[in-house]
Amino acid sequence: MATMAISKSKLPDLSKIKPVDEIGVNERVERFCTRSIKNEAKNTALKLTLSMIDLTTLEGQDTPGKVKQLCQKAIHLHSSLPGLPSVAAVCVYPTMIGTAREALKNHDIRIASVATAFPSGMSTRSVKLMETKYAVSEGADEIDMVISRGAMLAGEYSAVFDEIAAIKEACGTAHLKVILETGELGTLDRVRKASELAIHAGADFIKTSTGKIQPAATMQTTLVMLQAIRDHYHATGNKVGMKPAGGISTSKLAIHYLVMLRETLGNDWLTPALFRFGASSLANDVLMQLQRQTDGLYQSPDYFSKD
Amino acid sequence: MTETHSSLNFDTGWQYAPAPESTEHIQIDKQYKLFINGEFSAPQQGKYFTTSNPATEEKLSRIAQAGKSDVNRAVRAARNAYEQTWSKMPSKERAKYIFRIARAIQERAREFSVIETLDGGKPIRESRDIDIPLAAAHFFYYAGWADKLKYAFPGAQVKPLGVAGQIIPWNFPLLMAAWKIAPALACGNTVVIKPAETTSLSALKLAELFQDIDLPPGVVNIVTGDSSTGAALVEHPDVDKIAFTGSTSVGKQIMHSIAGSHKKYSLELGGKAANIVFADAPIDQAVEGIVNAIFFNQGHVCCAGSRLLVQESVAEELCFKLRERMQTLILGDPLDKNTDIGAINSKVQLDKIQSYINIGIDEGGQIYQSSAKLPNKGYWCPPTIFTGMAQSNRLVQEEIFGPVLAIQSFRTASEAIDKANNTAYGLSGGVWTDKGSKIFKVTSALRAGVIWANTFNKFDPASPFGGYKESGMGREGGIQGLSTYLSMELSNDA
Repeated sequence: MATMAISKSKLPDLSKIKPVDEIGVNERVERFCTRSIKNEAKNTALKLTLSMIDLTTLEGQDTPGKVKQLCQKAIHLHSSLPGLPSVAAVCVYPTMIGTAREALKNHDIRIASVATAFPSGMSTRSVKLMETKYAVSEGADEIDMVISRGAMLAGEYSAVFDEIAAIKEACGTAHLKVILETGELGTLDRVRKASELAIHAGADFIKTSTGKIQPAATMQTTLVMLQAIRDHYHATGNKVGMKPAGGISTSKLAIHYLVMLRETLGNDWLTPALFRFGASSLANDVLMQLQRQTDGLYQSPDYFSKD
Repeated sequence: MTETHSSLNFDTGWQYAPAPESTEHIQIDKQYKLFINGEFSAPQQGKYFTTSNPATEEKLSRIAQAGKSDVNRAVRAARNAYEQTWSKMPSKERAKYIFRIARAIQERAREFSVIETLDGGKPIRESRDIDIPLAAAHFFYYAGWADKLKYAFPGAQVKPLGVAGQIIPWNFPLLMAAWKIAPALACGNTVVIKPAETTSLSALKLAELFQDIDLPPGVVNIVTGDSSTGAALVEHPDVDKIAFTGSTSVGKQIMHSIAGSHKKYSLELGGKAANIVFADAPIDQAVEGIVNAIFFNQGHVCCAGSRLLVQESVAEELCFKLRERMQTLILGDPLDKNTDIGAINSKVQLDKIQSYINIGIDEGGQIYQSSAKLPNKGYWCPPTIFTGMAQSNRLVQEEIFGPVLAIQSFRTASEAIDKANNTAYGLSGGVWTDKGSKIFKVTSALRAGVIWANTFNKFDPASPFGGYKESGMGREGGIQGLSTYLSMELSNDA
């Protein structure tokens, strides 16, 4: 056989995707929320949550000063509590990667960068590829791309697929997270379809949201995406990661997500290598809970650094 | 899905810490007497039997065994209360009492939940989220009807029947008491009720509640005991109506026993419901529905979806997903808030389930059981499914009343309908498809009293419940549930 650049990815057979019943999904999610997580189980979950956070700043007003301080927070979550894990990554715009790299050097915290005309994705393929390559060359370990929701809603599935596959190639060794922006997809059936497209096109992670659109992450959309990951794992043995992002700001909700993750994909996914929370304010709520687990008291928010 | 490379790990790593519901606030007496005429009264023969926790085999209390003379006293008290108080009371006053019962159950919901779980073995999650709230909801619902009966049946003159004798099963002790007592009281009848032998405690707690809210003496009388107590109640000449929920064989005995008498009756008996899953169904949600259908309350549910009919083209995928889901069901201490599968209600029932599992194996079915570790003490059965079953198998035809699912495949809708209807029962059923028109086509062809589409085991007091064929007669719940506690005559101006 002649050698040629064969992309491993192949457009999935969308006709084989099973429908999703929203009411059934809601009921399943309710069950996850009634699990009672206490004592050691809670401590483990809280620390796991911290280690899974992509500490994020994605604002038009981001400056090197802001990003440096965020990176300090990533390194020193809460000095008065010993033995805490660090967060998984900081997530910034491409122009801030250099600053973050400098601030995080000698630390085992990854740098994630959004790319592909985040958050709307309304640009040409070549601009998106150029931006991705720029982010990688700046030192991003992970690329958070957005899919073309317009193409998805117009039914141009192969265009969505091809674009993801092209970005994946441009990522090189950097990990690719594919943001579906589920808040703009309208139905859980479409969430499932977009998940399949992203997974088959080579996503290392699939991610719910940019955080710029409401609703952002919900347990319902996350469950449907986890089920897509699970079915892919059964079919191929490949583990794809999951990142709900936006709107997860309390420990309680984060633990509900971990319960859902555990009961859908099993304990092998309970690692920052396969699950992340895209969040900015979640870390402090987790710290507050951990402090409470330690000394039995809830402290004022002013005792936790806001960066 | 035909090729499965990898299985998920649910066993190692992060596990949930125990989260048991406290029993400290629960007061269970060493011994309970009968509740007759508003007071606790010792059984005349002085006999008591033990009730225990099926999850631990620990003794909980001793319960009075009502004999014939005790049943006589209870019926007499009910008759007096009917004639002197309850039927004469303005209906809106009756409604107030029933509303009070509902509110008092809500106030004491936690206590009732824990007692239901201790005495019956069901997970606290179910007694807390389903049994007790639904019991309160039934009292609320029928309280609302009490002063509006003439609007329920336009053109008819309605009158209460008198004394209702009620016999309830052990699978939903308080909820079944509510299903029976609420419509009877709303219609102006008085009640003598016999709880199941293994699960009398919540009914006796309900008796305490009746005292607390000053329900007039004799309006509800509670006679605990075994089947002889039930027989004495059924045969009592001064009982006007028999309401029974339980097995089909006992239902038949009751019909024999009251044949030729004036007694009205409603019977809610066994079932062998089929859940029908079409290839175009939302498969992941169908798996949840199947789990809720057969493993809810350890399968001790007359309307349980104990048969699964799955379209052949998706059978393998569905069964794979079902087996995987079964691995995540948490079996253990029913008082733990994380428990999904509790204890089997009694040793007798466990033996029966086990004998059916052996029958399934003998019939050539392929058994799969979740690998949940069973506690050393108590009565336990892991979630169990049999694939490769056929219509001729006993596992497909007979009610097991346990967490055992018989799975068959089908090719076309008409084959599914034929198979679903082809048992002696007709209590409930389920249909799973994304196609609305198919839901209407299939459900209208099923001969079952309750049919769910893309869900299962959903209950509401406004919705009538009851069976076709050997699943019983009469309906409970809704307006229909009123009619079995009333006599109706068409009035002249109708």
